[in-house]
Amino acid sequence: MSTALAPETDVLKIGAREFKSRLIIGTGKYRTFSEMKSAHAASGAEMVTVAVRRVPLDRSSESFLDHLDPSLAILPNTAGCYTADEAIRTARLAREALETELIKLEVIGDQTTLFPDNEQTLEAARVLVKEGFVVLPYFTDDLIMARKLLDAGCPAVMPLAAPIGSGLGIQNPANLAIMREQLPDATIIVDAGVGTASDAAIAMELGADAVLMNTAIAEARDSAQMARAMKLAIEAGRHAYLAGRMQKRLYASASSPLTGVVR
Amino acid sequence: MANPMRIQVNGEFREVDLPLTIQDLIGVLSLRQERLAIELNGAVIRRSEWAHTMLKANDRIEIVHFVGGGC
Repeated sequence: MSTALAPETDVLKIGAREFKSRLIIGTGKYRTFSEMKSAHAASGAEMVTVAVRRVPLDRSSESFLDHLDPSLAILPNTAGCYTADEAIRTARLAREALETELIKLEVIGDQTTLFPDNEQTLEAARVLVKEGFVVLPYFTDDLIMARKLLDAGCPAVMPLAAPIGSGLGIQNPANLAIMREQLPDATIIVDAGVGTASDAAIAMELGADAVLMNTAIAEARDSAQMARAMKLAIEAGRHAYLAGRMQKRLYASASSPLTGVVR
Repeated sequence: MANPMRIQVNGEFREVDLPLTIQDLIGVLSLRQERLAIELNGAVIRRSEWAHTMLKANDRIEIVHFVGGGC
């Protein structure tokens, strides 16, 4: 028996941090704060991502962070940034306000697809790593780009599976499988595109170390129930990956003995 | 004596009275201080420096907080 299967030793490592849950979730698009809190609890996630925005000056605003379970690790993101410079400034502000080195780096290249600008992302990653950030970059599911981001000092990479918020599922499983095989020691977190539980399970079966999602849970009719489904799917997919799946074959292979059949 | 000047806060021009520190500005804007971050002319100002950082005319200030978001 492989000891890697023992749940207590199978942890997700990001920089110096360790997580038992391999599900990271967002905090956007929920209909109410109470729905968000229920979904967070049901998901078993230990880390949630939040966005950085200008404080409204024309009205009093409550602190959004007050609505998060204080035991959750907070992963600030640079969502909405379109240049390396914007993302770097946003990361610095997030670090100052939250006193965390963690940053989910996103540099968006296009409004319609929200596809990442990989070139600007790499540029920002290099600067932020030098400044001591633990940079988790969102990028196109591309092996070469993953290598460059890891070489730049990112402790994990976050390839998209489909456009953000699309719920299309894992559009290019081969790319994820190749990334896993070619980068056996890298921490790979699938970020964006998951629509339902089977998508999360597939990502994990392909060898992803974790999955980050928001819309699939927040826009489910019952977000807490979907959060629980995602938790179970992530666990199931992880176990399946570690167990090592059977080889596919084109033809049937009987499971019962071929001899001794009543004629 | 109050000395009005124009600064830019989160992209909006505002008239404020000098002298004014960043700490004073947060009071003028009636903002809650917790988990805010502030940038002055492109550079983050540490919380510990807010009370010592004097604003001057045409300064550009960004005040940010956290909101719900995913990717």
